[in-house]
Amino acid sequence: MSIQTLIDLPPSIMRGALIRIRVSISHPMETGYRRSSEGERLSRNIIKKFSCMLNGDLIFSADLYPAISANPYLSFQHRAARSGELTFLWEGDGGFKHVERVIMSVQ
Amino acid sequence: MTTQPLRSQTAPSKDAQFTLPDHSPDADRPLASSYEDAIKRFRGPRILIPGRIKLNIAVLIDNGNTVPISIAVIPTPHSLSNIESIAVFSERNPQHEVIRLTVEPGHSSTEVASRIRLATSQKLIAIANFEDNTCCSDEVDVIVTLAACLEGEG
Amino acid sequence: MISLGLRGSLRCRLSRILIQRDSFKWHALMAVFLTCVFSCSQAQTVHSLPTAKPQDARLSGFEFMGESTRALQLDASQNPAMLSVREGEQLWSARIGSKQAACQDCHGNANESMRGIASRYPAWDGAIKRPVSLSHRINLCRSRYLGMDQSLIEGPATLALEAYLALQSKADRITSVDDPNVLPWLENGHRLFEKRIGQIALSCADCHEHRAGSRLGASVIPQAHPTAYPVYRLQWQSLGALSRRIRGCFSGIRAELPEPYSDPMVSLELYLRQRAAGMPHEGPGVRP
Repeated sequence: MSIQTLIDLPPSIMRGALIRIRVSISHPMETGYRRSSEGERLSRNIIKKFSCMLNGDLIFSADLYPAISANPYLSFQHRAARSGELTFLWEGDGGFKHVERVIMSVQ
Repeated sequence: MTTQPLRSQTAPSKDAQFTLPDHSPDADRPLASSYEDAIKRFRGPRILIPGRIKLNIAVLIDNGNTVPISIAVIPTPHSLSNIESIAVFSERNPQHEVIRLTVEPGHSSTEVASRIRLATSQKLIAIANFEDNTCCSDEVDVIVTLAACLEGEG
Repeated sequence: MISLGLRGSLRCRLSRILIQRDSFKWHALMAVFLTCVFSCSQAQTVHSLPTAKPQDARLSGFEFMGESTRALQLDASQNPAMLSVREGEQLWSARIGSKQAACQDCHGNANESMRGIASRYPAWDGAIKRPVSLSHRINLCRSRYLGMDQSLIEGPATLALEAYLALQSKADRITSVDDPNVLPWLENGHRLFEKRIGQIALSCADCHEHRAGSRLGASVIPQAHPTAYPVYRLQWQSLGALSRRIRGCFSGIRAELPEPYSDPMVSLELYLRQRAAGMPHEGPGVRP
């Protein structure tokens, strides 16, 4: 399937509020431990790093390991101080790189 | 009924004013040899203060392939320090590392969540390192059951 | 259960009186009598066409799963099936094939034209003269009208479109099967549901009818109502149609797998739909 993401932010954000940001991305997160029906080991293919930036500044990141389920889901919080552009970056095995950008308006 | 549209979504900006960090996929993440070793290395020399965080997970899990977990800071009068990073380690998975979450200085997060895989019934520990150089942990014992029917590749 | 009519018991007593002097004949007569009795009791186990169960006896698989799994399904920003729904939404308007046509060219907005579609399938296809699942129907449509390669049976694009269409059926009631054309397949589906198959020699009914609510290993056995398909199964860590779930069961009891879109497959899907008639569709759901 083509890469799909779900990004969830509150509809309206007041300055100073602690908001929850939730993200999912479609990815098999192949552990590297499984074998095919022919007995061959399926090589590892996971997302290793997730980063969230606000106007270019890193605000949150996560190191993911094979123990993270397929279609990895992350939820974290952010104290909204100013409006700006949120950038979400996923990187992983095989040169996997996916970026999503979302404008966050803070009142 | 359409899908819920993304809130605040816009077209990607053409001129990024910064370069994205480059994390080359390599062996810069050595794995711990044991559960205790993983905990010790993440904690470092920090003082362990009991309480302060809670690892939320169902005690009896529907399926070990996708297990929702969350780690929350329990607000206390003494704890005003922000979380620096949280790590989760598994006792009996093939690798002990599960996830490591880092909150940058100046930013705060009191609850994080994800979905993980658990190979079997085991202990799971969440350790939080705080900006004031303390840390705390919460450990749970979970029961993981196998699906009753073993399916092929159908 | 042996039913002894009054006539039967009289006959028994008379025959004992008449042949008291010849015990061999008496034994032979008893053998014949008992054979008749057992034949009658066998005849009583042949089932007639299914009648609707009382509404309150039927429970969706949703009710059998843990709270955290239920929470996953109910939250659209967490439900992993929604990733496929988003892809389906994009495919709905994507131009493909030699004619560069899209689903929406004929069907317009899916939230209007496809309302309740998943609760009405499997349904009769007049061109190939047999009932088809929603997945099959999507494939037939895309190959007939969009020039899509038919070899992509049950491929990821079909599944994503099926997920998108299933969302249009959320909260609609699964409809009863009333098309006389499909009756032979419905009857076949009922028969298959009751038939013991595979090395382990179990029928669908053995688990999902007679033992629903009890445990197989540590898993609670659900009633097998197709109220949330295509479903993101935690065990698969991916989305799957009802046919995938059925094949999983066949595999689990070590029976030969029915081919995609085959008669046995669509017969079972049709029977499961009839069995669940009146229950609400949950949209694409999550199951353990």
